[in-house]
Amino acid sequence: MSDSTTSPADQPPGGQPAGGRRRPSAFRLRFQAVSATLASIPITLFGLVLVTFFIGRVVPIDPVLAIVGDRAPQDVVERTRLELGLDQPLYVQFWRYLEHIVSGDLGRSVMTSNPVTQDIARFFPATFELATVAMIIAVVIGVPLGVLAATKQGKWVDQAVRLFCLAGHSLPVFVLGLVSLLLFYARLGWAPGPGRQSIFYEGMVDERTGILTLDAALAGDWGAFQDALAHLAQPAAVLAMFSLAYIARMTRAFMLGELRSEYVTTARAKGLSRRRIIWGHAFRNTAVPLVTVLAMSYAGLLEGAVLTETIFSWPGLGQYLTVSLLNADMNAVLGATLVVGLIYVVLNLLSDLLYRLLDPRVK
Amino acid sequence: MLTRRSMLLASAAAATLPAGLPVRSASAQTPPNVLVFAKQIDDIISLDPQEAFEYTASEIAGNVYQKLVTTPNANPSQIEGELAEKWEVSDDNKTFTFTLKDGPKFASGKPVTAEDVAFSLTRAVVMNKPPAFIINQFGFTRDNAADRIRATGPKTVVLTTAEPTSPSFLLYCLSAAVGSVVEKATVMSHAQKDDKGGDDWGNAWLKQNSAGSGSYAVRQWKASESVVLEANPHSNVAPKIRRIIMRHMADPSAQLLGLQKGDVDIARNLVADQIKQVENDPKFSVQSSRKASLMYLSLNQKNQYLSKPEVRQAIKLALDYEGIQKNIVPTTYAVHQAFLPAGLPGAVTEQPFKRNIEEAKALLARAGLADGFEVSFDYASAAPQSDIAQAIQANLAAIGIRLSMLPGEMRAVITKTRARTHDIAMVRWGSDYFDPHSNAEAFSINTDNSENARNRTLAWRASWDIPELSARAVAALKETDSEKRTQMYEDLQKEHQKVSPFVILLQEIEVAVSRAGVKGFDMGPMNDRHSYTNITKA
Repeated sequence: MSDSTTSPADQPPGGQPAGGRRRPSAFRLRFQAVSATLASIPITLFGLVLVTFFIGRVVPIDPVLAIVGDRAPQDVVERTRLELGLDQPLYVQFWRYLEHIVSGDLGRSVMTSNPVTQDIARFFPATFELATVAMIIAVVIGVPLGVLAATKQGKWVDQAVRLFCLAGHSLPVFVLGLVSLLLFYARLGWAPGPGRQSIFYEGMVDERTGILTLDAALAGDWGAFQDALAHLAQPAAVLAMFSLAYIARMTRAFMLGELRSEYVTTARAKGLSRRRIIWGHAFRNTAVPLVTVLAMSYAGLLEGAVLTETIFSWPGLGQYLTVSLLNADMNAVLGATLVVGLIYVVLNLLSDLLYRLLDPRVK
Repeated sequence: MLTRRSMLLASAAAATLPAGLPVRSASAQTPPNVLVFAKQIDDIISLDPQEAFEYTASEIAGNVYQKLVTTPNANPSQIEGELAEKWEVSDDNKTFTFTLKDGPKFASGKPVTAEDVAFSLTRAVVMNKPPAFIINQFGFTRDNAADRIRATGPKTVVLTTAEPTSPSFLLYCLSAAVGSVVEKATVMSHAQKDDKGGDDWGNAWLKQNSAGSGSYAVRQWKASESVVLEANPHSNVAPKIRRIIMRHMADPSAQLLGLQKGDVDIARNLVADQIKQVENDPKFSVQSSRKASLMYLSLNQKNQYLSKPEVRQAIKLALDYEGIQKNIVPTTYAVHQAFLPAGLPGAVTEQPFKRNIEEAKALLARAGLADGFEVSFDYASAAPQSDIAQAIQANLAAIGIRLSMLPGEMRAVITKTRARTHDIAMVRWGSDYFDPHSNAEAFSINTDNSENARNRTLAWRASWDIPELSARAVAALKETDSEKRTQMYEDLQKEHQKVSPFVILLQEIEVAVSRAGVKGFDMGPMNDRHSYTNITKA
């Protein structure tokens, strides 16, 4: 780009602006940074759609087969092929799909015969509920654990945390899930079995948000609320393990870096309390990188955890996506992928914005 | 101050959070008037009986709706009236007059009338959804349905077929879930405009609700989560249990755990190992039923080696059917070698093929292929197909046939056979409806072997050009004498075993494991024959 309205990054730092213009104001710089981020969203999503669409088309499964089934008469098969526009060149098909997406139409799922948007609206709340609770558990335990390990570096606490994290990170979730079911549900009877609620409450609470705990609370049905929460606890804890381990390890690493810094030595020399140093100085500085880790972990959880959802009969996005994939239900796969992509982009954007709040230098 | 103690306390408190919550269901049994199934129910697309063709939805239709006729599971080839008291066939075998019973009532409390029956069958024809061909094959179309499906009195329905029709063929087809009778008034009061601006015949509503006269009514369906059925208080076949809850549990281990804990009464998708585990436990009872579903090899006749008759027979003789069944699928499949699955009228259950390497080798030598040859082998990569495929590979290697293995996703394998680009493919086939013609057509009719054929049966997919055998299958279809018809199908199967490019291996067995006190779940050869009506709980 040799335009005169180049972005600030292209200009020599502190040098004379090109063309003798005045240096852009701080506001303009920030505005440009934000709009550049915003502009990257459609491009990212376009790339995602492009890749998913073409992968979907090269899969060796006939999309018509997925729709009309193996038994349909030949004329139905051919009619469907024409209706879907599968006789058109790929770029025409892609263009049509893009047109639909832009108008908010993700097509109809073959598997459920509902509009994909409607399906996602139904399956996503379950995933959202599970992922959010898992994330809360992971943060509430993982971050303090990481800080603790860093402050006690090399001591037995550190080793114990390391062992715990190693186990959490390397134990496959299906093993963890099944063992936990076997122990807490089958043996000890502390936790309820798979599913989102007990049969007593099946169909008792009106669905408003699709988030069962919230629905029960809104309805003021505290029995149903407790039941939903009890069903949520185990899968959320299992799901949290993986993120927890990761978050604790990352927190420890960030903290160690900070604790070795000179300003910590200075603070210590000034006689600040240990607590002030750890939480007020060192931890605050780890906040920025930690936000990225948390945002990405959360996004990972939100895309749905297929194995956890399968083991705990949790009808979420992960199950929906997997079953759609296995059924070659391309509209559903594309739609769900797009939603997952959107989640990543939005969380990325949010963590970008959070940086600006947390770190006074990023202005 | 951040102390080690406060930190540990916080972590410990959070970790025991799930345990600390009050749990009501954990050790409780299911309530006495409620039966809980654990089942994979994510195959349900619609609960509309004139649209649904999937396993779970057919099963629900069988319990929510009644048909004109049905077949008892104790003797599946016998036809008996469900809504019909009696029926008469005209001399030219084209006009069928049904007289309805007194007694059957919809969940709304209204009696089932001839008008409802005619409406339901017309609905199947006009909506033309996937299972409609079962009814349409008698010559009904959108345009002639009003003339050919008529209610001539409050209790009389007259069907006129396009051609002389074997009564057993028509009756078996009417016993399929697509022949379910829905209540006209209720359904039409929910009719809306469909996508193209036409009348949807209440389809959108009936996808999620029910208007039937069976033992149960649909109360709620949440996709991939649960189905709740409530007893139809007016039914003439009143159920013993008031409420049925079908919970989607994708993972068989979770189903077993639920069963062991008493949260589940009947588990429907346990795998062989788990069945073995509970088989001898007095706390559980295992019941099984042969399903009208076959696993077979399709030998593509476009392949220069496989098109030789000796090679086809050699392959049939090279396989160790019994060994495969015993070692890989002891409880979930049975050896079966004819194209009609056991349980269907006319099925041949003899097993002419046993592993005989000498004879198989001799046949190959006679075909001039004593040194064997190599072909590709497509199969679904999931269990148990992958294990069976390996056994087959080893069996065929013993007579010099080398298989290059191509595991794939099940639908990818089907896509390949539909395009006729496979050599050998292992696929499954479930009968569409309870009549021998369903499978006879699939396996032994192919009158146009060209690439643009209209009727692409399994025989077409194997490029098997059989004008003479097709004629025989059509003759069997048209035979109006029921006994003679059955005999013709038996002969057809025996001929098929001698010449066909299909190596029929196994028939699926459906297994349900219940808690010991749960009795009366009646399983049939088709999914729409599984009845909940007589289930009781101790």
